[in-house]
This record gives sequence, structure tokens and C-alpha cells, in this order.
Amino acid sequence: MSGDWPLWEVFVRSRRGLSHTHAGSLHAPDAELALRNARDLYTRRSEGVSIWVVPSTAITASSPDEKDPFFEPAADKPYRHPTFYEIPDGVKHL
Amino acid sequence: MVLSHRLAEWAGHAPVLEEEVALANIALDLLGQARILLSMAGDEDELAYLREERAFRNLQLVEQPNGDFAHTIARQLLFSTYQRFLYEALAGDPVFGPLAVKAVKEVAYHQDHAEQWTLRLGDGTEESQGRMQRGLDALWRFTGEMFRPVEGLALNWQKLEERWLASVTAVIERATLRVPGGPRTGAWAAGAGREGLHTESFGRMLAEMQHLHRSHPGASW
Repeated sequence: MSGDWPLWEVFVRSRRGLSHTHAGSLHAPDAELALRNARDLYTRRSEGVSIWVVPSTAITASSPDEKDPFFEPAADKPYRHPTFYEIPDGVKHL
Repeated sequence: MVLSHRLAEWAGHAPVLEEEVALANIALDLLGQARILLSMAGDEDELAYLREERAFRNLQLVEQPNGDFAHTIARQLLFSTYQRFLYEALAGDPVFGPLAVKAVKEVAYHQDHAEQWTLRLGDGTEESQGRMQRGLDALWRFTGEMFRPVEGLALNWQKLEERWLASVTAVIERATLRVPGGPRTGAWAAGAGREGLHTESFGRMLAEMQHLHRSHPGASW
């Protein structure tokens, strides 16, 4: 039976969280049940959380082979990094 | 408590892992409710483990064996819908209000779970539809008992039954199933669970549930 059940990726935003974080994956026959399964498996029903489920096939991932061009930061070009600003008081969540 | 035990029997046997977690979750919710209710009446362990079958007051519906998955879902649909409306009606009750307010959130989820599966099985394949229909047909005669007035609970039982029937009918029809035609009350229906008369499989369930406690009475755990 589970062979027919596609894989879903689960993203959860906790009550105080600011963004959805990948929590894990699960098998479900459709989005509605994926949501319910995710609620049982990953949230333990703490209230006020938000759940996203996405079929795994809808996700395009970067290839490990392209790691260098993708992620190697140009450390010799510090002007590319926003490190020269002073953050004013009162700016939150930065 | 009895339904919680029945659902716990699914542990390790559910069709898929995700569903097993869902059934276990529901069983744990129900056990939590049972603990509160039993504690209000006396010592929860004593009441659970040392009463004989004839002293149990559960509805006959909840003691019915699991059967196949569709049978379990049918039992869940019929009972969780009832529980939801019952707890909603009890929300203002001085004694049961606090429990009802907490429990209604849990049983709303149980009802949703059962409805989701009723729709999928009923409107699924020919096989799943047949099984779901057989589950509903087999359990239908146990549903009248739910609405027999319970002493000490001042509720509008008739209204409760109307709400239940309307809700269950809507789900069954959406699932392309038919509402069973058999009697829900009277000579061909069940109705004596509250008086301590139970169906055959209940005794075996209790034997398994109470075995350890009766072998080592008085032990702390």
C-alpha cells in the first residue's frame, strides 16, 4: 500500500517561529492527509503552528557537483557582504 | 477507556506507519479523557482493573472488535461524531464542563480523521467501498444506545441525536455510501452496555487488559 503513497516534505513554523523550517518527510496519499499526518508526526499538536506540505517531486534541488560555483563565497570581495552597516536599535529579526 | 484499548490494539498493525501514529494519538487522547473521568469517580486503576465485565458501563459500540481498517474507521466515525456533539453540549456543565471544553478539541480532530478516511474508503475502489459499507452496516445497530438518557446528565438527548444523524448522514452520502437501513433501537439493536450487559468479545478484551494487575494486585507501577 505505501508503495503507492508519494513522499511529502514537511515544513513547520512553530508558534513563536518566524519562518517555516523543514521538519522531515512522510508518505501520504494526498495533500490533506499529508497535512494531518504531519500534524501527528511533527507538531505534537502544540497549538498555533503552521504546516506546509509539498510533494517531494515539486522540489528542485541544487546538485552537489555544483557546490563550488553555487556556494563558495568570494571571501576576497568583502564588499559583497553586508557587513559595513550598523544596525539601528529597534530593528528586530535580523 | 475501552475504545482507547481497542485502538491501541492497532499498534504495529496499521496499514501504514503514518496511520499507526494517528490511531495511537487518538487512543492516547481517549485514555487521557478516561483517566480524568475515572478519577472523578474514584481510583482510576481500581476502576479500570478490578471491575468485572458486568460492572463496566461503556457503550457496546466501543467494545466492538477492530475488524478491518474500514470497520475501525466506521466505529470511529459513529462514535467520535457523537462524542463531539456530546462534549459540546456539556461545555457549560458545572461538573463535566472543564473536561468537555478540553476534550472537544481532541474529538473534533478524531472526527475529522474518521471523516477523511470514510470519504477515501467510500469513494475509493470497489473493494474499499464494500468494506466501508459493511463496517457501517455491522455497527449501525449499536448507535441507538448512545442517545438513551444517562442518569444525572441533563441534556437534550433528542437534539443530540438529530445533530449526530444529520452529520453522519452527510458524511456517508458524500462518501457515496448509503445510510444503513437497519434498526438503531428496539429488539434488534444493542442497548444494554450502560446496564453492564456486554457483547461476547468484551470479556476477552478485559481479561487481556486486566491480567497483570490481577496477577500482582496492589503493586505500584
